[in-house]
Amino acid sequence: MAVAASGTGASGGGLRRLRWSALKRNAKLWRGAAAIALTLVLWECGSRASQQLGMQLPFIGLIPPPTAVLAAWAEVIPQFGYWESWYLSFKRVLAGFLSAMVVGIPFGLLLAVSRYCREIFFPPFEVLRPIPPLAWVPASLIFWPTNELSIAFVTFLGAFFTIVINVLGGARSIDIRLLRAAQSMGATKWDMFWRIVLPASLPSIFTGAAVGMGITWEVVLAAEMISGGGTQGGGGLGFFIWNSYMGGSLEQIVVGMFSIGIAGYLSSSAIRYLGDRCMPWRRLF
Amino acid sequence: MKPETTAAGAPTSASGKGRIELQHVSKGYGEAWERQEVVSDVSLEIAPGKLTAVVGPSGCGKSTLVNLVAGFESPESGRILLNGRPVGGPSHERMVVFQETALMPWLTTYQNIVFGPRIRGDMPKKALHEEAVKLLDKVGLSEFKDKYPIQLSGGMQRRAELARAIINRPKLLIMDEPFRGLDAMTRELMQEFFLRLFEENRRTNLFVTSEIEEAIILADHLVILSNRPARVREVIDIDLPRPREFAMLGSREAYQYKRAALELLHEEAMKSFSEQQSVQAGLIEAISSRGS
Ligand SMILES: Nc1ncnc2c1ncn2[C@@H]1O[C@H](COP(=O)(O)OP(=O)(O)OP(=O)(O)O)[C@@H](O)[C@H]1O
Ligand SMILES: [Mg+2]
Repeated sequence: MAVAASGTGASGGGLRRLRWSALKRNAKLWRGAAAIALTLVLWECGSRASQQLGMQLPFIGLIPPPTAVLAAWAEVIPQFGYWESWYLSFKRVLAGFLSAMVVGIPFGLLLAVSRYCREIFFPPFEVLRPIPPLAWVPASLIFWPTNELSIAFVTFLGAFFTIVINVLGGARSIDIRLLRAAQSMGATKWDMFWRIVLPASLPSIFTGAAVGMGITWEVVLAAEMISGGGTQGGGGLGFFIWNSYMGGSLEQIVVGMFSIGIAGYLSSSAIRYLGDRCMPWRRLF
Repeated sequence: MKPETTAAGAPTSASGKGRIELQHVSKGYGEAWERQEVVSDVSLEIAPGKLTAVVGPSGCGKSTLVNLVAGFESPESGRILLNGRPVGGPSHERMVVFQETALMPWLTTYQNIVFGPRIRGDMPKKALHEEAVKLLDKVGLSEFKDKYPIQLSGGMQRRAELARAIINRPKLLIMDEPFRGLDAMTRELMQEFFLRLFEENRRTNLFVTSEIEEAIILADHLVILSNRPARVREVIDIDLPRPREFAMLGSREAYQYKRAALELLHEEAMKSFSEQQSVQAGLIEAISSRGS
């Protein structure tokens, strides 16, 4: 009897402890949620203050309140055009990003393993690298037959340089003891590349990908705003914002901005997820 | 001297018992005008089945010596012979256990251990697996075979690395300050563990260290290097009986070995110190004479 009673008592305490620890574990989540909620409330009050005070607060008074933004969002969600903007932007980002990965990773690795290639290709690469992607826009508009291709090219450049420089740096800074250990064990050049250089470079490949993805979004949106719609190379979230600006809809501008934030977050989450899958040994940090 | 004892009944054959000779080996770095000799005319024999410990002042060229014997670098003059044949580049005949860990971070303990034989393909799959399992058990890592290096403690990493080297059946096992960076307790446990491992198979071993006591308890021959450029200052034969026990460090002989070694090392340290002093004195003289 006594044993059972003390048993339930202990398990009750254990349960309470469990709940408490679960709550504590979620504390980060709660704090984050509270911060967002507080921001929204302040924002709402700030932008509605004009109605109460009879005068507009500086800066924040110009921004539409979150409720109005949500209402505008609810309005565009059923519209085909809004989702087409998502689709077009994503398509461009993916095209630019993937082609930059496909060309950039092998190129970076090649520069890393071959001194000969490094001596030939690195100097021109370093001259082109500091040119901001958007400075390429006029030249590529002339060079490429369609707007869409120009956008793709500029997007590709934005990610390409970052990816190459990351891969090169990562592959060049491999611990010499790893290379020597492999050499001692009889690794051929082939083994050296596939079993040492490539896995050792994976972390910097993913770093390059994450940074490159950010740049691709920036470039795509800027290019969409510059190209200013039309039938060729039009549409996309950048154009959505531009269009809202032309139409004078402040709420929709904010909707577009948040849509881009969400899209960027989804993209970087995908890269993080892939990185965790490809590098199980890095998940343990 | 005691007669050469062959470890009767040792499980591995003569494969682990290479004989290494260094003949007038020199190595330097830098272009002619700023050339710095690091290893200077080193002649040395590493006897088969013996553990030769090398001690020397920090920065004297011990790791350079290791790189030469392992074949990562080649001597500028002199020869290095393994069983009478000159050594070329790196080979699994001469495996190195590096200072701090050099396990591949992306491979599990098991994958790290079988890496060498697997890429060379010189061992039947089944035999390799059995050997790996045996070695994992021997180094006490059976439970950790599917863990990544980052999940292992410092001592475990060192043991995994030992297993990774041994599975390649090297004729010479080279260790470059293998226990540096471990805490005192782990370090002592590793020394004990390694002592047993060595005495079981008596694989020829070149053991670089900066700890005199570690060298004395492990070694058959203790090589003392001079300041940079490294020359062989003295070779002391350590005649403590095997199997060795740590308690032997308290014995008279051990104490005498230690005294002798420390004296030589101290001399070397003083030499470099007085060299610096004389350079400074010369500089001061030159400056003051110019002023007057
Ligand atoms: N690749 C290299 N190029 C130029 N100088 C080098 C090179 N490798 C070593 N040296 C020089 O040779 C000297 C000896 O280095 P080494 O690493 O062999 O010493 P060590 O005795 O192993 O030192 P420690 O006790 O720190 O391990 C150092 O002064 C170092 O600067
Ligand atoms: Mg060293």
